[in-house]
Amino acid sequence: MASEAHGAEEGGLVFHPMDQFIVKPLFGGDAIGMFTITNVTLWMALAVVAVVALMVFGTSSRKIVPGRGQSIAELAYGFVYKMVEDVAGKDAVKFFPYIMTLFMFIVFANFLGLLPMSFTTTSHFAVTVVLALLVFLTVTIVGFVKNGLGFLGLFWVSSAPLALRPILAIIELISYFVRPVSHSIRLAGNVMAGHAVIKVFAGFAAIAVVSPVSVVAITAMYGLEVLVAFIQAYVFTILTCVYLKDALHPSH
Amino acid sequence: MATDTHAAAGHAAEAASAPGMPQLDFSNWGNQIFWLLVTLVVIYFVLSRIALPRIAAVLAERQGTITNDIAAAEELKAKAAEAEEAYNKALVDARAEAQRIVAEAKAEIQADLDAATAKADAEIAAKAAESEKAIAEIRAGAIDSIREVAADTAKEIVSALGGKADAKAVEAAVDTRMKG
Repeated sequence: MASEAHGAEEGGLVFHPMDQFIVKPLFGGDAIGMFTITNVTLWMALAVVAVVALMVFGTSSRKIVPGRGQSIAELAYGFVYKMVEDVAGKDAVKFFPYIMTLFMFIVFANFLGLLPMSFTTTSHFAVTVVLALLVFLTVTIVGFVKNGLGFLGLFWVSSAPLALRPILAIIELISYFVRPVSHSIRLAGNVMAGHAVIKVFAGFAAIAVVSPVSVVAITAMYGLEVLVAFIQAYVFTILTCVYLKDALHPSH
Repeated sequence: MATDTHAAAGHAAEAASAPGMPQLDFSNWGNQIFWLLVTLVVIYFVLSRIALPRIAAVLAERQGTITNDIAAAEELKAKAAEAEEAYNKALVDARAEAQRIVAEAKAEIQADLDAATAKADAEIAAKAAESEKAIAEIRAGAIDSIREVAADTAKEIVSALGGKADAKAVEAAVDTRMKG
């Protein structure tokens, strides 16, 4: 960040790579209250529209031999369902709608964020921290409800030598509470960094000599971001499944 | 980084395009969290009430259709195998029947043939015997005639030569000659 600022001062270029992440009220005014309709609201609403379009209107014909939209909806369903079943186990299937919600929201927010001039809701820690905390709380509550105090066995590595176990328990405990942090920063960090880099390259495109390189670099970064958009949604979802597995089957 | 972010958090309110991370402007977190929760709840209800049961039903229905179709195909295949077996059996039966008929006809013909042959043999034998008898008769008749002719001729020759023909002597001579 510091180097970008320097570049702006020295070269006379205008770099505002982070401006795209600013939250603005949509209908004028400066104050952002709890219920103000902002660009966040708009792009989250668009994500909802996209999810409804794919999952509800795409499947409305209920064909035995699916069309394009229905195929994609079924693919998404099968992809997440199989992930939940394989990673978290058969008894985790009742959490499938919850995990599907997370996946669909993240994947559509990421891809909508790749549209030019759009706002990427998943680039904000406010969003990803809430998502990660929801997962963390769900997993912890489910763990204690299902296993009672047996859930604490997650931190007591019974396969290790007895002398090591207290130390391992502390490490496990720390790693458990670090989970929501890494879970949220991974998603927002990846998305934000990619978008910021594209903006920086776009700033360089103002210089005629380097603009071809810059345009090629933007194209390459965009391709990478398309991958990242899906992979980060996938990673977030599969980690949720892994945590859920720990909650349902805490023994190592 | 730390000072940078602190500065950003501080300045973001006054200068919208100030360098820094808008993500760390905590003043709008409430707004974002509120709208995020609304979004998640809406998506959750749309998915769990409408979309997911519908897709599950479609998938189950497809699975059912496929299973049924496979079962029907299996049934048809079994029927086809059955039909083929029946056909083969009929073929084998027909072939055996044909062979039996052929053998029967052959035996019949053979029997007829044997009977005819035997009859013909018998007829031929009878005819041969008859002919032999006739030949023997003819031969016997011929020998007698020859003897008569020879005796007469001899008598005539003897008398012609001026001798007196003794009938008995001539006949005896003819007999000896004919035997020799």
